[in-house]
Amino acid sequence: MSDIFPKWTNKLPLRLLLGVMIVGSVVTAGVTYYFTPKYTRVGYQPIQPVPFPHTVHAEQLGLDCRYCHNGVEQSWFSNIPSANTCMNCHNQVLASDARLEPVRESFRSGQPVSWVQIHKTPDYVYFNHAVHVNRGVSCVHCHGPINKMDEVYHAKPLSMSFCLDCHRDPAAKIRPPEEVYNLNWVPPENFAKDKGAKFVHDWKVNASQNCSTCHR
Amino acid sequence: MRYWLSFFFVLIVASLAVVGIAGFQGSKSRKPPIEIFPDMDRQPKLRPQAPNAFFTDGKSSRPLLVGTVARGSHYQDTPFNTGRLPSSTNFVAEMPVGLTAKLLARGKERYQISCVPCHGALADGNGITKKYGMAVVANLHDKRIVSMTDGEIFNTITSGKNLMGGYGANVTVEDRWAIIGYLRTLQLARLGLVNDVPAELRAGLK
Repeated sequence: MSDIFPKWTNKLPLRLLLGVMIVGSVVTAGVTYYFTPKYTRVGYQPIQPVPFPHTVHAEQLGLDCRYCHNGVEQSWFSNIPSANTCMNCHNQVLASDARLEPVRESFRSGQPVSWVQIHKTPDYVYFNHAVHVNRGVSCVHCHGPINKMDEVYHAKPLSMSFCLDCHRDPAAKIRPPEEVYNLNWVPPENFAKDKGAKFVHDWKVNASQNCSTCHR
Repeated sequence: MRYWLSFFFVLIVASLAVVGIAGFQGSKSRKPPIEIFPDMDRQPKLRPQAPNAFFTDGKSSRPLLVGTVARGSHYQDTPFNTGRLPSSTNFVAEMPVGLTAKLLARGKERYQISCVPCHGALADGNGITKKYGMAVVANLHDKRIVSMTDGEIFNTITSGKNLMGGYGANVTVEDRWAIIGYLRTLQLARLGLVNDVPAELRAGLK
């Protein structure tokens, strides 16, 4: 028989098995690392038609989020402001700055500035901004430190497990409603244990894990 | 053994090539996210404020047709909705909503969101935007504005005046009246005398 199968073939099945296992582990590790919104979405920072700095408006000037995103408390959708809102100040501040030309053009023509949408859940996800911000979930929980961003980027994965982390334990993340738009708020020690759980109970925060809560 | 080594070599080179091309989690990218399993992620339906090729102006959020009224909108010719007496252009002297502590608290919150950047927390026209080139901001303690009717202030908030833009699209009708209520308390706080404060609360002023 050794004429047909040389001696090294004795080890062949073992080596093949070992090889497949090693390649399989490397591929699994790669898929785990790359096939997730933590890789595909986080860090997305498109070039916008106007380089709008949230850090100047929200942090330096201290504008409330709702000065521009005024629909967020009533609507499932947090609106992008119209050029009208920008021009309340920019009719005088930086009134002839070249960077703001798309805003002035929009103000004149009524055609919106073509902002690039960054945070985009799949169309079968029905996320409601109003119920979250009105029940102690802050902007930073999903949008990251947006008040510190010169250019907005996608900071959190917004994957299904990201949503469920909070829905399984809302007390850990929830904050008093008056601090929702205070993006620099840091919870005092033991806040989640002492106040968070009470808030979830008193305000009947129903962080449901039912499929139809988000998928309809 | 030689084959074994070359197998590992190829595997390592291939892994490094993948990492080199794909980079790491969280690295900044100008390119739109890859949707690996795009099952029904993007559906042909209207989403607010999104581009939509179906309409000639490309907007998915449709403007109201002339003469239509949005459900729940304030369209009737009442002092509450217009700040004017019905079928006239005369402003109402006093706000048509009851002045309650709840209304004032709401007014304070809304004033701080929409008015403070320019008019300042004290309503004296010294908002932070002054430093950045807002030249003409009204001091709301001016006699002209203190003696203005509530209806005219409502009209100014709604439609703007001179360089101030209208806030009708940003602040709801209810909130505009709440802001006026709060503004009146700010004005009264500046004009008031110590005798206006109930005797038992005067000690708290110092």
